[in-house]
Amino acid sequence: MEAHAEHLHHHDHDDVEVNPAEWSDGKRFAWLLGIVVPLAPFFAYLYWSLTGFGGFWFMGPFLVFVLFPLLDAVVGMDPTNPPDSVLKYLEQDRYYRWCTYLFIPIQYAGLIFACWLWSSGDLSVVESVGLALTMGVVGGIAINTAHELGHKRASSEKWLSRVALAQTGYGHFFIEHNRGHHVKVATPEDPASSRLGESFWAFLPRTVAGSLRSAWEIETARLDRLGKSAWGIHNDVLSAWAMTVVLFGGLAIVFGAVVLPYLLVQAVIGFSLLEVVNYLEHYGLRRQKREDGRYERCLPEHSWNSNNVASNVLLYHLQRHSDHHANPTRRYQALRHVDEAPQLPTGYAGMIVLAWFPPLWRRVMDPRLLDHYEGDVTRANIQPRKLDRILARYGRAA
Amino acid sequence: MSAWHCPNCEYTYEEEVGHPREGFPPGTPWSEVPDDWACPDCGVRDKVDFEAVD
Repeated sequence: MEAHAEHLHHHDHDDVEVNPAEWSDGKRFAWLLGIVVPLAPFFAYLYWSLTGFGGFWFMGPFLVFVLFPLLDAVVGMDPTNPPDSVLKYLEQDRYYRWCTYLFIPIQYAGLIFACWLWSSGDLSVVESVGLALTMGVVGGIAINTAHELGHKRASSEKWLSRVALAQTGYGHFFIEHNRGHHVKVATPEDPASSRLGESFWAFLPRTVAGSLRSAWEIETARLDRLGKSAWGIHNDVLSAWAMTVVLFGGLAIVFGAVVLPYLLVQAVIGFSLLEVVNYLEHYGLRRQKREDGRYERCLPEHSWNSNNVASNVLLYHLQRHSDHHANPTRRYQALRHVDEAPQLPTGYAGMIVLAWFPPLWRRVMDPRLLDHYEGDVTRANIQPRKLDRILARYGRAA
Repeated sequence: MSAWHCPNCEYTYEEEVGHPREGFPPGTPWSEVPDDWACPDCGVRDKVDFEAVD
């Protein structure tokens, strides 16, 4: 990351006019690393063929839950921002969007390859499960790619977003996320914002069911205005799911029903990976209600951020989450670090692993959340069931 | 006919064009758009936040 040193001076001179031709993006070629994850099943096959070691089928989980947390620790942070004057230039540079488009053909080549492997009989059950976990990780990271594309104005990018979601059966995400989560973020009403005292394992069923219900309500309200039935091809929730049914059905016809249990496992792993990322993005943060009954706007202080380079490259700057919520249509390469945003102790990759262990999560995150609210726990988004216990533990005479 | 634009992103609601996908056919006056309708592009501003375009 030495390349960043030469850009550091730009960070402090955002107001200075910079000729786009004279500024270069230190992460420009790093974004191509985003395709490392969808390439995982191919690398797994290569290394397994060369060594005979079945552990390589677990490459997906290894990459995201072991290698990237370590890389975050080793590579460290990069808080530098592109100067304001190059943001427009950076956003219109088509190279960056092709990096995300490229993800999708590799994602599906990998899924077809995995189905071929599952049906070949060459893999033991444990190896097949390992490959299913790897494909689940690919599917989960694909939701991140879909997230980037689904926020864009162009219908072609919205369509690609739905294609990327088909692997995990999470096509309703691009409706719920844009029109539900972004509207209600960091409020008790948002199914996808986690609460203080809520473990990931309690959050998971709540967000999966709540997001589904929210997507359905948003879509049926739209169809209602159009005077159309909720049960038809115009329903984007149903048409997105139909894509998954056609995909899984087609794969089962070509490769046999043997692939179906693995397809289901990888889909559950995939959307659970998205949901654990949802869990850590807004943990305990809460927008206050204004006098007119509306919530205050989503501010930088309502999202957990991280400047860890490795996870930021893996997730297309998703960790610059405050800027994303302020400017949801802004392209990933132009997202900025915001000083006022609360910072996670490490990148999203490491925080995912931490979230699986609630006692550890609470020990690391609850004090940070409390610090963020200057000791006033009543400003946090608290799990209602745990309210008394949390007030007893963290409450103080105001 | 008039237009209102989202103060956060580049979206503009033009009455002439409406937003058919959202259930507002061309010619739908702004007054008939519900107050809690969020910007269809960025989603983080509601109708009441929109500003009239001269």
